[in-house]
Amino acid sequence: MDLALTADQETIRGVFADFFTAEAGPDRARAAEPLGVDGPAWNRLLETGAPGMGLPESAGGGGASLTDLAVVAEELGAAIAPVPFIEHAVAARLLFATGACPDAVVGGTEIATLALRPAQGGISRLVPAGAVAQHVAGLDGDRLVLASGDAPGVALDNHGCLPLADRPLGDAMILLEGTEAHAAHARALDEWRTLTAGALVGIGRTALDLGVDYAKERQQFGKPIGSFQAVQHLLADLPGLIEGARLLAAKAAWAGDGGPGINGINDLDNNDVTDFATLAGMALVFAGEAAATATDRSLHVHGGYGFAEEYDIQLFYRRARAWALTLGDPSRECRRIADLLLEPSEHAA
Amino acid sequence: MDFSLSPRAAEFRSEVRAFLDANLTEEVVATMHRTGTFNDKDFNAALAEAGLLAGAVPGYGDRDPIELYILFNELEKAGAPYDGLAVTMLVAGVINAVGTDFHRKQVLDRLLTGRFNCCLGYSEPDHGSDVAAIATRAVRDGDQWVIDGQKMWTTMAHESDWAILLTRTDPDVPKHKGLTMFLVPMDSPGIEVQPVPTMATERTNATFYDGVRIGDEWRLGDVNGGWSVMGVALAFERGVMGGTNPAVPLLRHVRNWAADAPSPDGGQMIDDPLLRERIARTAIANQVGQLLTLRAAWIAATGGLPGLEGSMAKLYATDRYQQAVGWFQQMAGAEGLLGFDTAGAAADGWIDYDARHSPVTTIYGGTTEINRNNVAERHLGLPRAR
Repeated sequence: MDLALTADQETIRGVFADFFTAEAGPDRARAAEPLGVDGPAWNRLLETGAPGMGLPESAGGGGASLTDLAVVAEELGAAIAPVPFIEHAVAARLLFATGACPDAVVGGTEIATLALRPAQGGISRLVPAGAVAQHVAGLDGDRLVLASGDAPGVALDNHGCLPLADRPLGDAMILLEGTEAHAAHARALDEWRTLTAGALVGIGRTALDLGVDYAKERQQFGKPIGSFQAVQHLLADLPGLIEGARLLAAKAAWAGDGGPGINGINDLDNNDVTDFATLAGMALVFAGEAAATATDRSLHVHGGYGFAEEYDIQLFYRRARAWALTLGDPSRECRRIADLLLEPSEHAA
Repeated sequence: MDFSLSPRAAEFRSEVRAFLDANLTEEVVATMHRTGTFNDKDFNAALAEAGLLAGAVPGYGDRDPIELYILFNELEKAGAPYDGLAVTMLVAGVINAVGTDFHRKQVLDRLLTGRFNCCLGYSEPDHGSDVAAIATRAVRDGDQWVIDGQKMWTTMAHESDWAILLTRTDPDVPKHKGLTMFLVPMDSPGIEVQPVPTMATERTNATFYDGVRIGDEWRLGDVNGGWSVMGVALAFERGVMGGTNPAVPLLRHVRNWAADAPSPDGGQMIDDPLLRERIARTAIANQVGQLLTLRAAWIAATGGLPGLEGSMAKLYATDRYQQAVGWFQQMAGAEGLLGFDTAGAAADGWIDYDARHSPVTTIYGGTTEINRNNVAERHLGLPRAR
């Protein structure tokens, strides 16, 4: 049992916190709307080696674990950095696992992403980073395919100004077929869930900081509004939610990294869960809820200014919902988790 | 990060689970709910004989806080009678931290046999969350103290050999500075225990102190130093001694019920999509409650002093427990209203029990509001509200 980051992870955290704050913070996110990607910031990120950091060093990557990537994801979320780091990292690992990660993806000069939903009629809908990715890996029937080509450069207009786009997967290169294809995609999807959960933790963290700072500064009735118990209690629930989400995302990443002592069990009766797929789903659902609650309450504490475009909290509020819902309805995700925890049901999901 | 238990902690957990398999009989569980006394001296003594009880005292012996967490978490998950044990071991921890050799010999050593109990005498009829305002007086008379007053919610007083009693020893100084803590032998003349039944199965008590005389050797901590002794006790109470996974046994009961219970829509309740969603949401909350508690334990195990982390775990877990109980009672329908030993009761009456029990969990051991005040002021740095 060790709930601290390693010294290396602390370094990673510091480096990326500084980078995202300086080069890709909320001002850049605002300026990058509606596409949701800041091209120059991504190009500067390339110089750090970040796009390939989740690949083994033998493949020209940084050898980072999923736990390391989750640390980066939290800092990305804390700054709502408009760069497709999570999708790219997950897709690069998937492509490497299937033996076909192009050098341009390792280096990040070409962006890769994961289509979350299987293609229907040859099209995968609402692909995250689909607006900017040259490479889209996804399922088309029982095939895992890689569609490469020009990115549309335009996002579907959406709540969180995320770079979502529909992408065709027909006539693409086949990477895997059958159960192997489904297993590889499921693994990548669980990595995406885990890292997106990490980013949502970051959103919640900054939303709480913004709300607390505002409550200390804003005066009404001759006092800071943060001295009123009704306001305090809105905020006091949040540290536990955010810390709980951070721990659950970290536990999912730990399970995904497959270290010693992980036996992949789902023991509901003893509250003993070490299965990666289960934990990844749990982390996404819970971090989504924590980020939604944190941004909701922080925005409310801002009063009317929270609703104004000028204030940053609305940027966090919209992304908290958009990142959490890109995969779909959390209730459906919960039923999928129930299928993992219980005997699968013919009626479920 | 590493979420696995150390080999030693994993072995300890196996020992505790084996102990529960052998000793937590249906009769033990039935008796606790029938009598309302969530304390079983034979069970506690068996824990002591198995060498597991010393691990239940915070800060004592060679067990670390993660093992302390494991013991109480396993007791809680199994639905064992541990309320009396938790309070008793908490007092043992306080004695170990601030007590004298006399206290250790007279009290601590006996508590470790499992045959003796302590209760907590903090709250009074007119002073609950504002506990520093308590009115029970202790007046010095030579080498003795004379205690007069009344305490409320002295759960397990009827089982206890001692109470730790918060008293006012100086009414002329600010309220936190005039308090002194005593270990009071419950067989002292002048003490009366009256039962207070509750809407759940558990019983609590009101206790009355009328000219109770005890020697100065029973004082715990300094004269007028009672508030700092309280601080030690509260840090233990809001840490890792159970109470942050109450929905684990609930979920076990619900899942077993749903496997057999017919759904009004046909099939079994376990196939109901909404029930499955809520089982998953409760399982998520149970994981989070566990992780937040483990964090408090891990901070303590690595030399820190958890306090607010325990508050956060309790705030979160008790709120979600009540939410889960509400969901499952609704979904069990009218059968969820039926109690223990009633034919046709959903989950053999456990849903009714949890719905009765759960309201107290956001009240006792520090209300949700007091915990929110603590987090707001001491963690978030917001200005003091009161």
